[in-house]
Amino acid sequence: ATGGYPKRVKVVEVGPRDGLQNEKNVVPTPVKISLINMLSETGLQVIEATSFVSPKWVPQMADHTEVMQGINKLPGISYPVLTPNLKGFQAAVAAGAKEVSIFGAASELFTKKNINCSIEESLERFDEVMKAAREASIPVRGYVSCVLGCPYEGKISAAKVAEVSKKMYSMGCYEISLGDTIGVGTPGSMKEMLTVVMKEVPVGALAVHCHDTYGQALANILVALQMGVSVVDASVAGLGGCPYAQGASGNVATEDLVYMLNGLGIHTGVDLQKLMDTGTFICNALNRRTNSKVSQASCRL
Amino acid sequence: MGTVPSALKHCLSYQHLLKEQLWIAEPPAAAHPAQEPQASGLPEYIKIVEVGPRDGLQNEKVIVPTDIKIELINQLSKTGLPAIEVTSFVSSKWVPQMADHKEVMRGIERHPGVQYPVLTPNLQGFHSAIGAGATEVSVFGAASESFSKMNINCSIEESIERFEEVTKSARNMNIPVRGYVSCALGCPYEGNVEPDKVAEVSKRLYSMGCYEISLGDTTGVGTPGSMKKMLEVVMKEIPLSALAVHCHDTYGQALANILTAIQMGVTVVDSSVAGLGGCPYAKGATGNVATEDVIYMLNGLGINTGVNLYAVMEAGNFICTALNKKTNSKVAQASFCTGTIN
Repeated sequence: ATGGYPKRVKVVEVGPRDGLQNEKNVVPTPVKISLINMLSETGLQVIEATSFVSPKWVPQMADHTEVMQGINKLPGISYPVLTPNLKGFQAAVAAGAKEVSIFGAASELFTKKNINCSIEESLERFDEVMKAAREASIPVRGYVSCVLGCPYEGKISAAKVAEVSKKMYSMGCYEISLGDTIGVGTPGSMKEMLTVVMKEVPVGALAVHCHDTYGQALANILVALQMGVSVVDASVAGLGGCPYAQGASGNVATEDLVYMLNGLGIHTGVDLQKLMDTGTFICNALNRRTNSKVSQASCRL
Repeated sequence: MGTVPSALKHCLSYQHLLKEQLWIAEPPAAAHPAQEPQASGLPEYIKIVEVGPRDGLQNEKVIVPTDIKIELINQLSKTGLPAIEVTSFVSSKWVPQMADHKEVMRGIERHPGVQYPVLTPNLQGFHSAIGAGATEVSVFGAASESFSKMNINCSIEESIERFEEVTKSARNMNIPVRGYVSCALGCPYEGNVEPDKVAEVSKRLYSMGCYEISLGDTTGVGTPGSMKKMLEVVMKEIPLSALAVHCHDTYGQALANILTAIQMGVTVVDSSVAGLGGCPYAKGATGNVATEDVIYMLNGLGINTGVNLYAVMEAGNFICTALNKKTNSKVAQASFCTGTIN
């Protein structure tokens, strides 16, 4: 249907984690903390702060404990962190985390290359995290990667996406974020995938995490909104390139997303100007140009 | 995290690398004319009007040599694009980039089944265009008085009178005329533009004989919300089949706006190879939406365009190399190496 859109959309800001993780330059801890603090002033309700993964794998996130302990945690804002396993979960909770995320994938080959096990084995690992989280009353968000295509397997079946999403939802994830990891999806494949997934997971528990590598992100998000999805992930200044296509862009820019939602009359609670200022801050710190077109365009007559 | 697939590890020749790209799918099979509308409610076929050689180059700083312009157009003629806007018969004093309009018009290959419209701001330009062999022309109106004044130094009404001279002559010579309405979703001077004004100007152009009205989001400020509102009003005055959208990507909204238009039944979309053409109203910002990115989306929606995406990407690569600039097309950026891997 073209008419209906949600009245409100929850924007999940992934810049400090997904964004910075895919930036070449390692960002000093104080800069990360300032970034998150600035984002906390924009009206965003969810800001993914860091990842409790081994610094051997992800050097950018080595300061996870310091970041978690150093940020201002404003009331009403959630600061989820990635936890790939029980050890990471325990470290996260000890550092003050009140929400965590786990990452699955709809592709066996991607899972094998990324974390050296099968999808089934990865979910077993997460079972331990789910159990511990349940006992500690910590909400868990589930991510599914490669929902519209995989850099190794190519096309991904919507049925597989639905299967993995359903498993993670049944395990206790309160929300499933469906990620177009390499940005190859189009409104056509997004619609097809969501139609199948929505048979297994209620739309109220679904989010989309679109990459803009092929310029399709906002169009894909638009279709997801039309189908009833009301949670959208994005990254300030479009931080985070694509590790699978040298020089290409990755995450969709939060500024561009909010601009579109504002134009649709959809409430987000986010102050676009403050968001743009935050984007300017982190781009200066990274010595790079913004990937947000709204930011680029703001030099007017 | 994760290793880079071997397909990207070595920079093969451009063509070879394109073919290895899984995601540059072949376009869907040509639609049967009697086929029912797609189950999705979207059009079966979208006509792409390629404006790179005119709108694109006009907004590029570097003056492009005539032979390069001709080569670009010739390459685009082989992609399956049904319409390629070639040049503008405007005074070279105003638009130096288009000073070679006659040479370009006379120099290009004319492929059967492809239209080669040119801009003609007035009767003088029209005669000059016909003299050089043009068989289709375009006229440019605006939905904003300030924009009209600043751009062509006259009111909307005066500009309409000028265009009426063109359409009258064109009618006598059986030359089709396409009408553009600028600032359809906002104006760099006036800000907000009322959909009623857009409808009014569109209707004037349509009534004077323009076969198609291309609604331009000149500064790219539009969103799916404002696109929908504007089209709802304009569609009351102009038949859907005579409408086109010309979206700029200055705020990253173009594909979402185009999708909205298509969902409402619009079947003609303007775009520019490699996203040529910056925005003259926002320094450093982008302008036209990239043809490659539009086709990628339409292919993914199962909509036929008749255009070969690989071929457009090659033409885009050609002109970007000639202009010594990076492409503005994300599909093109994602599809070939821009540097060394690791």
